[in-house]
Amino acid sequence: MSTDTPETAEADAPSQAELYEQIEELEQEVADLKSEVGDGQKKMTIIATKGTLDMAYPPLILASTAAAFGWDVVVFHTFWGLDILHEEKSKELKLSAVGNPSLPMPNALAALPFGDAMATKFMNKKIDENGTATIEELVDLSIESGVEMQACQMTMELMDYEADELYDGVVADVGAATALEHMADADIQLLV
Amino acid sequence: MSTEFDVTETLDVKGKSCPMPVVKTKQSIDGLGEGEVLEVVSTDSGSMSDLKGWADTTEGVELLDQEEGDSVYRHYVRKTE
Repeated sequence: MSTDTPETAEADAPSQAELYEQIEELEQEVADLKSEVGDGQKKMTIIATKGTLDMAYPPLILASTAAAFGWDVVVFHTFWGLDILHEEKSKELKLSAVGNPSLPMPNALAALPFGDAMATKFMNKKIDENGTATIEELVDLSIESGVEMQACQMTMELMDYEADELYDGVVADVGAATALEHMADADIQLLV
Repeated sequence: MSTEFDVTETLDVKGKSCPMPVVKTKQSIDGLGEGEVLEVVSTDSGSMSDLKGWADTTEGVELLDQEEGDSVYRHYVRKTE
């Protein structure tokens, strides 16, 4: 076995100029890949469909917290979820007493006409005592922190809501395709 | 209390619960300069885990210390960029 350095290897070795060219090509490739991957910012899309007091909280808390993480967040509100964005209605969201065995209220009582009102009063009292933010505070905070709060146009019309009845900063005139566009690239998608 | 860093600003979120300690911390940090330290004073026991989770996940901040006192939780966050 020969230990001689074959002369051809040197002849085949790329010149310095060729190496520089290769490095340049690789750098360009890395830059292209990086721009494709994005800047690493996470994206979250939440679809909020519920308008009861208890179900209004999770999307708002997750959205405002995700914004604090520096994420790109969209919450698409549809059907009763629109009430969260409705300035007046959002202050009067109700808790359903019926079918909610976690409440300290027997179902027979919960089903009476004042059942929901009692449950709501109880919940609002707890919210106040515990220093839990109100729905209004969380909506304002989310918008202020850069969360895009979208209101589904189809359900706006279905429920006879006007854009000026919603909080300032809410993005109206959007539909399912707008939500899907954000969801397609999102790291996290939630339906509440 | 002994700390080996200078606190630039103190944020008082006593009496406020999730998600306020984290959200308010982020807002205060945004107002600080690089290298400055924010002290967060909270009564929310969940803030121990939440502030850590936030700081670990968020770029440009470093959690320097957390102290659990008598129902009061103190967090020290440095803005690193």
